[in-house]
Amino acid sequence: MSILKVENLKASVEGNEILKGINLEVKPGEIHAIMGPNGSGKSTLSKVIAGHPDYEVTDGSIELNINGKMQDIAELEAYERARDGVFLGFQYPIEVPGVTNIGFMRESFNALCEHQGADLMDEEEFRTFVKTKLPTLSMSEEFLDRAVNEGFSGGEKKKNEILQMLIMNPRLALLDETDSGLDIDALKIVANGVNSMKSKFNSFILVTHYQRLLDYIQPDFVHVLYKGKIIKSGGKELALELEKRGYDWLIEESK
Amino acid sequence: MSFETKINEEYKWGFETNIERDEFPKGLNENIVRLISQKKKEPEWMLEFRLKSFKQWKEMKHPTWQYSKIPPIDFEDLYYYSVPKGTGEAPKSLDELDPELLATFEKLGIPLQEQKRISGVAVDVVFDSVSLGTTWKEDLEKAGVIFCSISEAIEKHPELVKKYIGSVVPATDNYYAALNSAVFSDGSFVYIPKGVTCPMDLSTYFRINAKETGQFERTLIVADDDSYVNYLEGCTAPQRDENQLHAAIVEIVALDNAEVKYSTVQNWYAGDKEGKGGIYNFVTKRGICKGVNSKISWTQVEAGSAITWKYPSCILQGDNSEGAFYSVALTNHMMQADTGTKMIHIGKNTKSTIISKGISAEQSENVYRGLVKIMPSAKGARNYSQCDSMLIGDKCAANTFPYIDVKNPTATVEHEASTSKISADQLFYLQSRGVDPEKAISLIVNGFCKDVFKTLPLEFSVEAVKLIEMKLENSVG
Repeated sequence: MSILKVENLKASVEGNEILKGINLEVKPGEIHAIMGPNGSGKSTLSKVIAGHPDYEVTDGSIELNINGKMQDIAELEAYERARDGVFLGFQYPIEVPGVTNIGFMRESFNALCEHQGADLMDEEEFRTFVKTKLPTLSMSEEFLDRAVNEGFSGGEKKKNEILQMLIMNPRLALLDETDSGLDIDALKIVANGVNSMKSKFNSFILVTHYQRLLDYIQPDFVHVLYKGKIIKSGGKELALELEKRGYDWLIEESK
Repeated sequence: MSFETKINEEYKWGFETNIERDEFPKGLNENIVRLISQKKKEPEWMLEFRLKSFKQWKEMKHPTWQYSKIPPIDFEDLYYYSVPKGTGEAPKSLDELDPELLATFEKLGIPLQEQKRISGVAVDVVFDSVSLGTTWKEDLEKAGVIFCSISEAIEKHPELVKKYIGSVVPATDNYYAALNSAVFSDGSFVYIPKGVTCPMDLSTYFRINAKETGQFERTLIVADDDSYVNYLEGCTAPQRDENQLHAAIVEIVALDNAEVKYSTVQNWYAGDKEGKGGIYNFVTKRGICKGVNSKISWTQVEAGSAITWKYPSCILQGDNSEGAFYSVALTNHMMQADTGTKMIHIGKNTKSTIISKGISAEQSENVYRGLVKIMPSAKGARNYSQCDSMLIGDKCAANTFPYIDVKNPTATVEHEASTSKISADQLFYLQSRGVDPEKAISLIVNGFCKDVFKTLPLEFSVEAVKLIEMKLENSVG
């Protein structure tokens, strides 16, 4: 059974149709990369799957595997999807002044625990738990007590997204241009975080502009999005080809 | 971006206590002023103070400079004195109170019976026009601390009251100060003697219960040389369709090296979603740092009232004295708040800090208005002000009117301001982590208010956080 099944998905924002019929199936253990020129709808796709309220799904379905059953989540609120195992790593993580990083993560973690009927963690237990995840991302404990993303550098923000992902341990992680703005060391660390979580039970969708991320995270599938549609799917070699030849030849081909 | 807003109609303090009352007829005239004074068996000088104030009030006009839209108030259609039957005379033991009143305060979370009292906090409870009594009185007396109703203080400590009442807020200060000075009914009196650190926190709880009754609180706190006190104030009122008036005066005097911390959680009934009913909270609060090295800090969490109009201020007269104002003002639905502070620097090296956080939701209006005045004598004075506004939704408004008047070139005055909006993206970010929208808003708002909440005593800060959460419930969908 798959983890995610998107069929003929159409979505608009303020009346403009951005996604024009997307089909995508993601099975457990798979990593999918979504590539494509600017404005093709890559980020929109990840936001629509995660449930951003600004986007309206006008047609098609988004089915998620919840406790072994495929269920349409298109009508669910973002927080409900998150509790059912969807995680979105933001391209531009948002600052939340005055709220500590660890407090925020515990709020989030306990919301998931409660939903799944698991015991909640108190502050001390949670700190101990989070600290086990820090070395993977080369983060210091000091990050936990700073306000969420406030005053973080670009790289720190992205690492923080991955930390949150490791804490929430989602079944489906959507990473929206997590590699943008990262230097090579930070890129390796972020990839390290993803690889440490990867298992046969979960899957990833990586939205990216560049092949270089895929040097560190091996995708099983690469999809090219153009004007709201997937115009080409292939294996890892497709990304390498795109790196060499750009998108024009594909766009020509798809006409 | 559109926020679908629903309304939180729950105001769990909105019940009414059915109890027999002694009250004077409606309306305001010299006779009513005399009756109040007589009922309280006041000395001649107090009656004179009231009558003079009344005369002054009659000559004043209702101010028009405020930003809030205040409907005309018919001062003839109010009761100026209303007390539960039998409580108007000399205060008895709290244990002898009418069970109905005990039950009321129990319901409000303030048990008054000896065995149930909250330890570490002494409470004075004011019900409409009368103080019902003060807990932990004997323990405080042992430390030399006087904590009683202002009526009792006028009777038992006339020399102290006479010396300080009206010395910080003169009756002529403003329209409502004059009115209060004429008809004030009850409130608290605190005196901390020289060198004493008050052994427990002091607190007054104000409850309005009677219909069509104005509450005219009068509180006076005097901290003598080298003393310290932490004072807390809370308030609630029944849910009604008619507006009610709470016009208070609070005066604080801090002598040499004394420190007074005054915290308020204001939760008067705010009216319904259409703006029907609610309390008009027109208050003059002012402290004077009279002595050297003295400190006064005001912390307020303003979460109730249909209209709030108050500026807890500090006159920094003693050299090296310090004033602080920490405020969270939350307005929702049709509420209006015009609040802020005045810091008047007179002494050398005086210092003031202003941190104001305004949060507006729905169609509410939230105004910060502040004055920092550095007099020519205030050599080396320093002020830091930070005024932040947060908007929830797109129908509300926030305004900031900071006035700065510097008459000494050695002064340093800093002012920072910001306006932010809880954006759909911010909410989506928190939601994408499994946090539901209401919790998301409360996290964002509490983070925004953190610098103020951390100045509150712990239990108060927990209460404040809960209150803000509750007030914002369902305000974004």
